[in-house]
Amino acid sequence: MRMSTGYMQLMTSSKDESSPQKGLSKDEKIKGSDPEWTSSLKKLYDSVVDEPLPDSFKNLLSKFDETDRK
Amino acid sequence: MSKNTEKRELPERSAQDKRDFKRELTEVVPHLRAFARGLCGRPDMADDLVQEALLKAWAAQERFEPGTSMRAWTFVILRNAYLTDMRRNRFRGEYDETVAERILTAPAGQEEPLHLSDLHRALLTLPPERREALLLVGAGGFSYEEAANICGCAVGTIKSRVGRARAALSSMMEDGDIPDRDLSDPAAHRAILEELDEVAAGRGEAAAGK
Repeated sequence: MRMSTGYMQLMTSSKDESSPQKGLSKDEKIKGSDPEWTSSLKKLYDSVVDEPLPDSFKNLLSKFDETDRK
Repeated sequence: MSKNTEKRELPERSAQDKRDFKRELTEVVPHLRAFARGLCGRPDMADDLVQEALLKAWAAQERFEPGTSMRAWTFVILRNAYLTDMRRNRFRGEYDETVAERILTAPAGQEEPLHLSDLHRALLTLPPERREALLLVGAGGFSYEEAANICGCAVGTIKSRVGRARAALSSMMEDGDIPDRDLSDPAAHRAILEELDEVAAGRGEAAAGK
């Protein structure tokens, strides 16, 4: 076992890898090692967040109000 | 959630508290949908899960502490609903080619751009505990601590899972080599569900890493 956490793994795995991005300073590495897909991952999530809410949810939420009044 | 099982006095909720709860619950629905979609990959199943989670959250609203994070609280409920459903094999028997085809062929206008659908597919190849960790931290913007609370495991465990998920995705996305391990492959689908059992039963990395 080389290290206990994934974070540490990210930081130390650069030693034995020769890709050009890995020779950066600590701060740069945190930013620079962010692969392109990380922003895509947020986009994927945000694209669902931004979808209009289907009627089934609006109906459910309005039903909550009804049950509350009873 | 296990913390809530111990008996404690629940404060009386004012009408204002109830209105706040409803408002906050409503606000968090899009996030629940996004998390669920990432977890299970199927929009229809994801929305079913969210509905289930909303019903449970509504029923348990007395246990929500006003002022705390509604998103974190409901994510725990959603996650539990997901794991429970998976363990009950609710979706296992339902697998068939037509369903898979319908889901994989998104309706017009709902198609993800190519790189996003690749990413989504790659995400679904990850073991579920790593997938959820990455979703919470990398997409949902939760801190490691918050994600650890949601998943009921140690912060170090979450960090490890996120790190492994990131490494796996990076290599898949860089090489353009995404294993065919999504819903279109019954054997792979089964393997994913079996892994889920492990996580749901608390025998995932949390148990191994303590």
